[in-house]
Amino acid sequence: MNVDLDQLKRYDERITELALAYGLDCFAQEFEVCDHNEMLGYMAYSGMPSRYPHWSYGKSFEKMKTLYDHGAQGLPYEMVINSNPSLAYLMGDNSLCLNVLTIAHVYGHNDFFKNNFTFSHTRPEFTLSSFKSHAERVRSYVEDPSIGVDRVEYILDAAHALSMQCTRNMTVRRLPQDEQRQRAFEASLPKDDPNRTIHTQREYIEPDLRRIPIEPDANLLLFIRDYNPFLMDWEKDLLTIVHEEAQYFIPQIETKIMNEGWASYWHYQIMSNLELPPELRLEFMVHHNQVLRPHPGELNPYHLGFTIWDYIYKSYEGDEPADHRKDTAGRDAIYQARESERDSSFLRRFLNDDLCRRLGLFEFGTNKNDYVVTEIADEQGWQQIREALVTSVGMGSIPIIKVIDGDHEGKRHILLGHSFDGRELELGQAEKTLGYTYRLWGRSVSLDTTINGKDMRLSYDEEGFATSEMAA
Amino acid sequence: MSGLFRPKREVPADRSAGDRIRHRAKVRSSIRENIADIIADESIIGRSGNRIVKVPIRGIKEYRFVYGNNDGQVGEGAGEDTQRGDVIGKQQKPGQGQPGEGGDEPGVDYYETEVNVEELITIMFEDLELPDMERKQHAAIETIKQTRRKGYRHVGLRVRLDRRKTVKEKLRRQRVRHGAPSERSDGRLPFHEKDLRYKHRTTEIHRESNAVVFCIMDTSGSMDTTKKYLSRSFFYLLYQFVARRYDSVEVVFVAHDIEAKEVTEEEFFSKGEAGGTFVSSGYQKTLEIIADRYHPDLWNIYAFHCSDGDNFGSDTPNAIKAAQDLCEVSNLFGYGEIKPRGAGYYGSSLIETFRKIDAKNFQTVLIERKEDIWPSFKTFLSRDREDSQ
Repeated sequence: MNVDLDQLKRYDERITELALAYGLDCFAQEFEVCDHNEMLGYMAYSGMPSRYPHWSYGKSFEKMKTLYDHGAQGLPYEMVINSNPSLAYLMGDNSLCLNVLTIAHVYGHNDFFKNNFTFSHTRPEFTLSSFKSHAERVRSYVEDPSIGVDRVEYILDAAHALSMQCTRNMTVRRLPQDEQRQRAFEASLPKDDPNRTIHTQREYIEPDLRRIPIEPDANLLLFIRDYNPFLMDWEKDLLTIVHEEAQYFIPQIETKIMNEGWASYWHYQIMSNLELPPELRLEFMVHHNQVLRPHPGELNPYHLGFTIWDYIYKSYEGDEPADHRKDTAGRDAIYQARESERDSSFLRRFLNDDLCRRLGLFEFGTNKNDYVVTEIADEQGWQQIREALVTSVGMGSIPIIKVIDGDHEGKRHILLGHSFDGRELELGQAEKTLGYTYRLWGRSVSLDTTINGKDMRLSYDEEGFATSEMAA
Repeated sequence: MSGLFRPKREVPADRSAGDRIRHRAKVRSSIRENIADIIADESIIGRSGNRIVKVPIRGIKEYRFVYGNNDGQVGEGAGEDTQRGDVIGKQQKPGQGQPGEGGDEPGVDYYETEVNVEELITIMFEDLELPDMERKQHAAIETIKQTRRKGYRHVGLRVRLDRRKTVKEKLRRQRVRHGAPSERSDGRLPFHEKDLRYKHRTTEIHRESNAVVFCIMDTSGSMDTTKKYLSRSFFYLLYQFVARRYDSVEVVFVAHDIEAKEVTEEEFFSKGEAGGTFVSSGYQKTLEIIADRYHPDLWNIYAFHCSDGDNFGSDTPNAIKAAQDLCEVSNLFGYGEIKPRGAGYYGSSLIETFRKIDAKNFQTVLIERKEDIWPSFKTFLSRDREDSQ
């Protein structure tokens, strides 16, 4: 089936007109029409037109294709990437209504990418070219007869395991060692105190300025790149590439609920005011409700996000039919929130007991082999639920692990520390990931964490994995 | 502000093709690494070749530091009916449904892939890196395969006369002599002997290499289901291995307790005998069958005997003698002692006894659990390898 591009263009004009009137502020938008196989292909590579080769993308394609072929999972209606101009894909096989809905939805994301602060450091005008450059560099290593695909994969496999171990806040610059040293030195100096004579003197603690790193470093890949003297240039480059690509995706992980909710909120407003013919309107409602239905027992970010945006707007404007053309207090509030929040701060700020109850949120934990409800959204429970949600959304789902010491016991061993917040690591995965860390570092690596309530040190060296209990 | 629309590509792109190939190669090599575990699985043993099985493999999973199953996860939508303490589901444990293995080991990640049993066995034997076995010189029997047509002859049996061909030949001769077919004055040109064409048939001689696998099993009372299963796995491997190397393979099942009998496959694995064990009886029976039907000059003989190691002491000298005889006639003869761990019962062992046998094509193996099957099988075949080098 082939889409009627002219018809889509006519809808697009009316959609953009509405979007502008509603105050959305978008990058230029490009749509590419593809079939379902190409869509699966784009999905495997996170939508990037060009990405470096790695078997894991082949695996993800096969997995999605199997699910799709067996009807276990449909394709997403929309796939849009944060770049300037923004790039989105439409499936030729989809119905007109679905494509119009997708277009409206995409403009919501586009606005979000352009205006949310977490994306402000992603340099969207270079997205496509930097992914392309990464792809070319990796290909050149694969084709280099002195390197070859096996050695490239050997490094990439390990680097992928650590790619999410990096700073979450991209607005904080990673300080070079000399600046860190300077800062540690200054911090150790006595405070300038005019009443020095009457205050008891704090004992001077000499800072360890030769320690590497001086401040714990969350960027595992970059630390290894900078401090493993035996890495070749191409290996260092691979670590940089994997790190940079992960950094690109972090804002999207950090704002999943807001972003999907925002796009759904605006597609709903746009589609409702598009004066669709009745049959399209009916079809739209079906699709809309399908996307936004709650998933009992799980969290549907579309539903959660949409409900909160709608709640914020209505808390200012009441339940009257809204006209988003007007720059009202409600509209202003949601536009401000979309600019300055990320999922965790968004939920902490806006998720109240009323919303928790409306969404029927509950907290659950494990008891032996069962999942058991631990808190429900009532007066005693809702804050606990919000707290659990705030700590687990976005990058909160990824443990924080930092390099504590890069020259542990003077043997160039690496010591990592897990910032334990009550959630324990999955030991099997930790073992393997530690093995990958060892592969990249080339010397013994250890990780301090808490397992079954005990402080443990997991370590990996030439003899393999070992755990030992730390003295209390 | 309005969007730019790019139409569909003429030729759809299949950009993940290269990465898919790479992934599949990884899956394959992962299967290879875990072949010992996979092959020990009940679902593989005894299945026919074109069946697709799901095999659990380890290694293709991508690992990261992640949280385990901790408290404090949030769900939505269960409404106001939900109460504290409600059980909303069961944790899924990896590897469940595989009895006796993996089930309650957290952290072992199973990833399932579908492969053909045939392919699995190919991978398995690729792994052995065996040189092609030296076939017995005379063991290739000349079997006459059915005759085939091959060209035409001037002479032959009347029934094989090809009339069409013959008429054509006559017409050709006519033309050469008279030009275009003329109106017949009298016109008739009789057939000549030279016109006759007979279909010719030749018989093709096919050389076949034949092998026979003797599965000898102790079916006395002490052989329980587990032991039989372990034996069966071993026989299955042996059969698959031999079948891959010879054109035709026959299998003979010999069950013995005090007496030995040749039985069908079904009886072999299901029949429970009672009573004691004379190992020599099984060997004698095998030797009889060999003498009777499978002359060692014509057949490659593989014999393997599974037992739990119990034998009447008085029989032992006979057993050694018979085993030595068997070594003489067979390519490879092995004895596998099946002693599942935790059976709580460690009787006598024949392995010690069989140490005395000094034949380079004889091998004893001890199988304690299903994971031992593949390593033992490799040990067993190593004899053959030495033999053929």
